[in-house]
Amino acid sequence: MTRFLAVVRRDLRLAWRQGLDSVMVVAFFVLAVVLFPFGVGPEPNILARVGTGIVWVAALLASMLALERVFQTDYEDGSLELLTLSPMPLELAVLAKVCAHWLTTGLPLIAATPLLAVLLNLEWEALAVLVPTLGIATPTMSLVGAVGAALALGSRRGGILLSLLVLPLYVPVLIFGAGAAEAALGGFSARPQLLVLAGLFCAALALCPWAAATGLRQAVD
Amino acid sequence: MDAAGKMFLKHANPQRFLGLSAVVLPWAAGATVVLVTAGVYLALFASPPDYQQGETVRIMYVHVPAAWMAMFCYSIMAAASAAMLTWKHPLAAMVAKCTAPIGASFTFLALLTGSLWGKPMWDAWWVWDARLTSVLVLLFLYLGYIALHNAFDDPGRGSRAASVLALVGFVNVPIIKFSVDWWNTLHQPSSMVTAEGPAIHASMLAPLLVMAGAYTAYYVWVLLLRVRGEIIAVKIRALQMRQAGG
Repeated sequence: MTRFLAVVRRDLRLAWRQGLDSVMVVAFFVLAVVLFPFGVGPEPNILARVGTGIVWVAALLASMLALERVFQTDYEDGSLELLTLSPMPLELAVLAKVCAHWLTTGLPLIAATPLLAVLLNLEWEALAVLVPTLGIATPTMSLVGAVGAALALGSRRGGILLSLLVLPLYVPVLIFGAGAAEAALGGFSARPQLLVLAGLFCAALALCPWAAATGLRQAVD
Repeated sequence: MDAAGKMFLKHANPQRFLGLSAVVLPWAAGATVVLVTAGVYLALFASPPDYQQGETVRIMYVHVPAAWMAMFCYSIMAAASAAMLTWKHPLAAMVAKCTAPIGASFTFLALLTGSLWGKPMWDAWWVWDARLTSVLVLLFLYLGYIALHNAFDDPGRGSRAASVLALVGFVNVPIIKFSVDWWNTLHQPSSMVTAEGPAIHASMLAPLLVMAGAYTAYYVWVLLLRVRGEIIAVKIRALQMRQAGG
């Protein structure tokens, strides 16, 4: 546990000192959403209708931006090899890095969501569902994304390849996340979708660290 | 280990595989030609038009087996990937790699014919129901697998990384299978596997099964050709390395 926290703390400190990753992710998120009123027209009714979907898709794309960096810098400077040699199981190290990734990208995205809700003229009911669903879904996306990042490590075309690997796997999360907001807007309970999202999170939590660790072991081989 | 297991391992040796596949290859090719001819005749001439769908039902004989093969190929690819990761067997890696483009083609064929069938039946080239969406995801998984396989300078690394992806993506296969039961979709549920047996008349079932047999024979044929090509390519590379080494 101490080692787990040490890895989380190290990644957070690196993110804090090296740069603007979180700020860039949030800026991309806001910018991507802001483009839509120009694309579909600024009518409040239309925006309120498609707004939750826009926020979802933008959040998905934004959380993918920083994925490449989850293992890339460690791979380049060799600390990944030290991590694989450490007495801590590599699966746990992956989990720690996913935690740090979520804290630096997922959490800021959720924090920026109310602002976007105002810009898109979303109703309170929609926002009240959007924030908890994103809260469950963004960790799932970080977990699944870590698998893609581990597999694409050291490949010739990292970024584009990563999106091809990860985006199809994000589809279930997007379907149920957007479905929850849709249900809430239609006056139904969003509970079923929330439960499915929680189930997806549990499955990802159990399987993804294992798959990502397998990928990492191959990369440092 | 039982006899069957020993038998399998004996023929899983690449050199023996070359010998065995040389024997099987003409049979698979012949079976493909015969079954495709018979299947096309049965589907286009010998089977009746549907009482609701008319002549368009004949698209089914191309569409349904292609969709079956799309899932079948992915399952083979995932199984071969698991074998490759567990036992590091070179032949399993080749089977997985060579299955991917064939499976992707079947998936594309299923989507294309489904779209052509959907236009007269649903009055839409495409609808976003669970079956269609999950098959589209399957196509992207195939493409991701192929892209990941080719993305590394070291082919062994690409093969291992893609194997993990194939296993991760396997969660999609049961979703495709049961999507028509779990969700209320526009795509009709399975007529083949029901509690009361196949809910499809024998005059339509026969061409469907013959076409499915034809597709399977075609898969075996092309797979053997591709794997043989892979083995020979590895040999050539080894020879070139030896020459370069002096």
